[in-house]
Amino acid sequence: MSNLFNYIVQGTAITIGVTLVALPFGLILGLLMALVHTYGGKIFNRIAAAYSLLLRGVPPIVLLFILYFILSGSINLSPFWAGSISLGIVSSAYQMEILRGALLAVGGGQMTAARAVGMSRLQAIQFIILPQALRLAIPPWSNEASIVLKDSSLVYALGVPEILRRAQQLSATTQQPFLAYGAAAVIYFVLVFAVNRGLDYLSERTKLPTHS
Amino acid sequence: MTHPILEARNLTKIYGQNVIFKDITLEVKEGETIVIIGPSGTGKSTLLRCINLLTPNDGGQVFLDGKEITARGYDQDEVRQHIGMVFQNFLLFNHLTAFDNVMIGLTKVRKMAKDRAREKAMEELNRVGLADRADHYPGQLSGGQQQRVAIARALAMDPRVMLFDEPTSALDPELIGEVLGVMEKLARDRMTMLVVTHEMGFAREVADRIVFMEKGSIVEEGSPDDLFYHPKYERTREFLWKITELYGKKEKGKAAAP
Repeated sequence: MSNLFNYIVQGTAITIGVTLVALPFGLILGLLMALVHTYGGKIFNRIAAAYSLLLRGVPPIVLLFILYFILSGSINLSPFWAGSISLGIVSSAYQMEILRGALLAVGGGQMTAARAVGMSRLQAIQFIILPQALRLAIPPWSNEASIVLKDSSLVYALGVPEILRRAQQLSATTQQPFLAYGAAAVIYFVLVFAVNRGLDYLSERTKLPTHS
Repeated sequence: MTHPILEARNLTKIYGQNVIFKDITLEVKEGETIVIIGPSGTGKSTLLRCINLLTPNDGGQVFLDGKEITARGYDQDEVRQHIGMVFQNFLLFNHLTAFDNVMIGLTKVRKMAKDRAREKAMEELNRVGLADRADHYPGQLSGGQQQRVAIARALAMDPRVMLFDEPTSALDPELIGEVLGVMEKLARDRMTMLVVTHEMGFAREVADRIVFMEKGSIVEEGSPDDLFYHPKYERTREFLWKITELYGKKEKGKAAAP
């Protein structure tokens, strides 16, 4: 029995791996898109808006298949990498919206003040806007992080041996679906819980002091 | 003393069909304090923003130390270092302490060495009487203190001229004095200043010249005494009287009666 359980736990490393590739990939791409959307002028604004609309309008699993076949077909990536990057691309659209909201919440005044000191737009974004926007983005980003963690189970459809894939195999060989999927559920829950707690802590630590 | 530091020539700003101001010509000489007054919506704030190139103009020129900064291809970021600006709503960088607010322009824009920048930042905070609040974040400071830090932040760049855009309009009445005090001290030290304000007491006591703007044009300009006691236009007299009564009861008796 413990052998079987070990088998699922090994999949946990792969789940974490997929998430650790998809999340940062989506963050960088999403941040780039959010900046382009907010500060890039009319044409780039349109392109970024279309990108977000398209990716958020289609179920992640469908995109995953499309992107997977494009990626693995064109540059011959392994299922793990193709799946993780595809998941990252899907997430980038959602992360873009989170960051865009945060950039707007920082407000134009901060940009004006930075430019008045003599900073270029790029300097203002780097030293003034982003440090504030990223702080504001942590709570909604925490939500997206747990969604990506859970959606990493989708790469099971591409044959990546992560938690769900292994749980399914166990369920078939042991004829104990409840135990197999139950174990998977518990692992997912613990991971999501840990991620949310960790980011709550980060949010608390980076909060700016006020009067009281 | 007579050398003009800042000069606007026929400066014009139009938003769509709206003429914000038209053909504004203004000269600010070294060490001068000029106060711009006028009803709201007459383009005073936009004028300041056009002068330091935060807002593009729709005609006319701006000269700083005799060089046309509105010329094509002129490095606008570089120009803004030399024109300090203080905003109505302070606009301190919220994620930085008072000290870092003053220092960031020195290290990132002027590329000053850290040690020298620290020294200078502390000097500037001292100048506005806030050395003891150096490690406070904007959220921990009163409005008056925030505005003084904002003044220190602008001063740190050693600007040729300081622009003030209604620096006390967002402040509780009991906090206005500390900000005006700092500005008065600057004027006494012969800092060149262009101030948009409704503080008539300040205008009268500190300004070398007062410019009265209305509906996007300069109606009249002159020394405080000329404008308060011998205005050329009825409209100037009317506005000054009204605003003096509104903002400084104690001044009422001294202002020219309508």
